[in-house]
Amino acid sequence: MNHLVIAPVLLPLLAGILPLLPHHPTMRQRRLFSIAAVVAQLGLALALMAAVSDGKILVYTLGHWPAPFGIVLVADRLAAWMLVITTLLALFALLDAIRGADTAGRHFHILFQFQLFGLNGAFLTGDLFNLFVFFEVLLIASYGLLLHGGGPERTRAGLHFVVVNLVGSTLFLFAVGTLYGVLGTLNMADLAVKAAAAPPENVALIRAAGLVLFGVFALKAALLPFHLWLPAAYAHASAPVAALFAIMTKVGAYSMLRVHTLIFGAGAGPAAGLSEPWLLPLALATVIVGMLGAVASTHLRRQVAWLVVASVGSLLAAFGLATTAGLAAGLYYLPHTTFATAALFLLADAIARRRGALGDRLDPGPATASPRLLGGLFFVAAMAVAGLPPLSGFLGKFLTLHAALDHPLLPWIMGTVLAGGLLGLIALARTGSLLFYRVLPSEARAAEPWPALVRETLPIIGLLLLGLGLTVGAGPALDQARAIAAQMLEPQAYIQAVLNPGGTP
Amino acid sequence: MEALMALIIGLLTGCGVYLVLRARTFPVVLGLTFLSYAVNLFLFAMGRLTIGQPPVIAAQAAGYADPVPQALVLTAIVIGFAMTAFVIVLALKARAELGNDHVDGKQEP
Repeated sequence: MNHLVIAPVLLPLLAGILPLLPHHPTMRQRRLFSIAAVVAQLGLALALMAAVSDGKILVYTLGHWPAPFGIVLVADRLAAWMLVITTLLALFALLDAIRGADTAGRHFHILFQFQLFGLNGAFLTGDLFNLFVFFEVLLIASYGLLLHGGGPERTRAGLHFVVVNLVGSTLFLFAVGTLYGVLGTLNMADLAVKAAAAPPENVALIRAAGLVLFGVFALKAALLPFHLWLPAAYAHASAPVAALFAIMTKVGAYSMLRVHTLIFGAGAGPAAGLSEPWLLPLALATVIVGMLGAVASTHLRRQVAWLVVASVGSLLAAFGLATTAGLAAGLYYLPHTTFATAALFLLADAIARRRGALGDRLDPGPATASPRLLGGLFFVAAMAVAGLPPLSGFLGKFLTLHAALDHPLLPWIMGTVLAGGLLGLIALARTGSLLFYRVLPSEARAAEPWPALVRETLPIIGLLLLGLGLTVGAGPALDQARAIAAQMLEPQAYIQAVLNPGGTP
Repeated sequence: MEALMALIIGLLTGCGVYLVLRARTFPVVLGLTFLSYAVNLFLFAMGRLTIGQPPVIAAQAAGYADPVPQALVLTAIVIGFAMTAFVIVLALKARAELGNDHVDGKQEP
């Protein structure tokens, strides 16, 4: 049994617990420890990606109880891909946080590691109930992180976020309970087998439970009409936390992809294609609503939050095509949109801090300090998010549209994605010109010291460089995305690896 | 017994949904608690309702109580308990920082 599979779950758990032992490390020690833990997780995630690159599916049976009786962790290409994206994002969010945001409240680094524990576990688990448990772990940590720093606005946004997610968790349990009551198992591979062989009188119950699950994942992913919690929560979180939260909506998208290709995939008999009539129209509506929200925003951070909503729409529209090319386009778009929106959140904070009382309000104000550097970064990030050539956002959208060419809803998809792109462009162009061109006359500011400026912009530049890497390395990245998509649409290999590890039929 | 159980779960869920949609934080917290009670009973019932059956293998047992939902419900209770505690503290914090117990923190006329 390969212990590499459980390492990305155990490492953040230990890294979260160790600093709690009565030793009272200094802030510097905490930061170094936290960074070291995230770098080690990145190494583990890359090692895992290399280990599954040949299409092998690694199964880890906890306590050596064979599936479906014990709990399993499963690492396939998709899980490894998500782990790498998460740890890369976490590294840059942490680099931003150690500039001082982590001192605004207690236990930032511990909550951060627990958040990663929940995220990594959710990507690796092969058990539906454990998916719920890891969702709860990452949510509990995210409540703490969202409220980190305090303040009335944050508390108000946090209260809504917590209540909405608690209701979502309850629905998740109802769906899991129904599936267990009908099928008698919670192992996802076993659920797939049992759902395919379900007698006709149970099909309605299975479909109902599957659609409740879809609703829960839609809530986590902020798909229309469950998107209303996101803008306030993300706009009021501190910058590194908002950047890390860029992956949180993707957990919902991941779960949707996992459950609806594995349990309700093409081979699921009467329960097949459960979410297909819903996913694509809702995703397209989300793109438009998200972009309209971005155009209507009066604050920069809220605008970026609405762009996150729109990007979830684009991502799920690609997944909604339910073809290899569509899934591959979505999986290529996923890291791009995660890194680009995270960079914009960090940048919004850097800009807001230089505008004094105006903050991130989109009103003309005096020129910010270091306008060329910040303006240039904003320009690059905005191009990436709006999907302009030559950056990865354009490639992701192009691939989605290309994959949709044979789809019966092609005019709708084409029209929505392009109109959404145009709206995003309008919103970001207006914001950029307002922040950097239409400035009120003021006396020239002294140049800022370079070391502080470099430390501040390093995480932003790093995230944008990752996006650039996705553009330059689009060939290998896309090959990887296609390999993942092909593996997702052939769930038999996953089911065999979990239920029949010896390989004997 | 099944009908009674279904009725109780339905009633708890209905009360929970109604209370969660109230405008004050205290009823919302209460509603979340009702919802979590309902889902706990629901999970428990998913192992089928049996009386006096052993959960582990016994020599003369005519049938068994399913132990898995019991384990699930324990986990759900622990998580639900922690969440209730957290949301109560958060509601108190919101009451202190926003000056009233409205979920949007605004004074009503």
